[in-house]
Amino acid sequence: MRHAFFSSFLLLILSVAFLSACRTDPTEPAASTGSIQLRFKNKVGDQPLQLNGGTYTNSSGEPFTVTTLNYYISNIKFQKTDGSEFTVPQDSSYFLVKQSDSTSQVITLRHIPVGSYAGVTFLVGVDSVRNTMNISRRTGALDPAAGGTGMYWDWNSGYIFFKLEGTSPKAPVDATGLNAFMYHVGLFGGYQSRTLNNLKTVRIPFNARVAQVTASGAPVVQIKADVAKVFSGVKTLSIAQTPTIMISALSADVASNYAQMFQLDAIQAQ
Amino acid sequence: MPYKRNKTRRGRLAGILAVVLFYAIVVSCQSGAESGGAPVTPDTTATVIYKTTPYNWKKPANFPDVVYDFASNPLTVEGVALGKALFYDNMLSYDGSVSCSFCHIPGSAFAHTDHSLSHGFRDRIGARNVPGIENLAWRTNFFWDGGIVDLDLLPISPIQNPVEMGDTLANVLAKVRNSGKYTAMFKAAYGTEEVTTDRFLKSLSQFLLTVVSANSKYDKYSRKEGTTLTDQEARGLTLFKANCASCHNGELFTDGSFRNNGLPKPATASLDDQGRYAITLQEADKYKFRVPSLRNVDRTLPYMHDGRFQTLEQVLKHYAAGVEDNAQLDPLLKKNGTVGIPLSSQDQQDIIAFLRTLTDYDFLSNPQFQP
Repeated sequence: MRHAFFSSFLLLILSVAFLSACRTDPTEPAASTGSIQLRFKNKVGDQPLQLNGGTYTNSSGEPFTVTTLNYYISNIKFQKTDGSEFTVPQDSSYFLVKQSDSTSQVITLRHIPVGSYAGVTFLVGVDSVRNTMNISRRTGALDPAAGGTGMYWDWNSGYIFFKLEGTSPKAPVDATGLNAFMYHVGLFGGYQSRTLNNLKTVRIPFNARVAQVTASGAPVVQIKADVAKVFSGVKTLSIAQTPTIMISALSADVASNYAQMFQLDAIQAQ
Repeated sequence: MPYKRNKTRRGRLAGILAVVLFYAIVVSCQSGAESGGAPVTPDTTATVIYKTTPYNWKKPANFPDVVYDFASNPLTVEGVALGKALFYDNMLSYDGSVSCSFCHIPGSAFAHTDHSLSHGFRDRIGARNVPGIENLAWRTNFFWDGGIVDLDLLPISPIQNPVEMGDTLANVLAKVRNSGKYTAMFKAAYGTEEVTTDRFLKSLSQFLLTVVSANSKYDKYSRKEGTTLTDQEARGLTLFKANCASCHNGELFTDGSFRNNGLPKPATASLDDQGRYAITLQEADKYKFRVPSLRNVDRTLPYMHDGRFQTLEQVLKHYAAGVEDNAQLDPLLKKNGTVGIPLSSQDQQDIIAFLRTLTDYDFLSNPQFQP
């Protein structure tokens, strides 16, 4: 009798050990990690951005419409309330946000350690290492053949970090008959010779709010991206004066400006 | 003795033998298993066994170490064959009118001698002279302005350039995927028929890396293979070493740097090409262009980034008497306050005689480079 009790007790311990071993299996980190979402809401001031539709006015009083807005978000890191930091693994940390594709505006990050988060930092653009990496490592959003995005300079190898195109009556008429303006910003610092480095790290503190990552719920960090800031974040840019900014010293001004366009909008627990 | 062709051929023969032998063993096993002993009709739709043959790529004895990372793209006979087929395929241009070989003609050391500036689809004229293709494994950068530093990324540029092939990489990959022509070739080279950016670009690199020129009269002289230079060629070599080799240096005849060689500004504003400056935006790089190799230079006319000179005589005359001073002029072209390189007309002729020893006839007619 006693012997039977002992045996069943042993069996119980063994099975508990077995089960917990299963639970701590590194391929199923469900208990210790969860998900978090970054949602980018592109706006102009407080108005939602509408491609080819809405007419907005920049800080120079110039009316404009937007036909394209694309930007890379990469190298994402989350800061915990205890001051520690979690870095999203490199290979899973490159995203292209496109105004024309609403699914691209929602970045879902999985395998985030459970905990309380107080802020997020990310790079607007593609870091120099990835900009010079073997083609075999440039997949997904970084594939130079990624359909129709035109976010890669083939003649001066490198990614376009940020692309804003539109029209304005203040822009001169181009070859296609449009009053078009375009800002294409790239340049990661150069490989064999130094170039401009337009990589910008954006830090978004959640202030008093906390994003609580749990095994079951994924908090949503909603980030407002204000296109108006592209013309005025640090330095005022006028469409009439500089309708086209690509590879020129002025690209540094556009980059400094758009680094100011991201703000925390809301945090929703889900 | 030619440094590699015999060995390459031997290697290939061994490769073919190995394949035949392997096939024979497989077939014998299969027919054994059939047990009936009746002859088996070869089934051409049967699964192709994925087994690549390493390409026997050899560094010429007189060349320095390579730059290209072969470990990231091991050359195979199948990969090279695929790259060559793509290189010669008009499908790579928007309207199917031009291939890579349209501008890069093997008999002209892969340059284009008919135009000063590149000639693209729909007769569009580019901004620069088509450079030849040779010895790319040793190159640290590409194009006249060095805008590209990785051979694998190079083909994207001509494919997408609106005055060259005028398409998009995505569209070209879709055409290659849908053509049917490449299914077996991708399978043979990579194991599956999947057409990816990586596979497409790396197979083009594989073919381009085989385009090695190292069998000119000069090479045979340099490797002491029993060839001697004529008196004039030898005088030219001495003059070349004293006056030209600081930029066109080593066995590749370039140091890979960017320099301003004092070309007079063109009268047409649209042809005012600022070269390296467009890449770096540094004032010091204005009007600097990549120092080109001089191998096969006699066959890669016209000369300079804008193809302004048609003959080597004009080029030498420029260095002797045509260099214009400017803020970024290379200091080597302004020694002791004198602009240009002091060369008599006899010196110039001797140097040209030497430059002609850099023509590699085996390379120009190599059947392995032909479609």
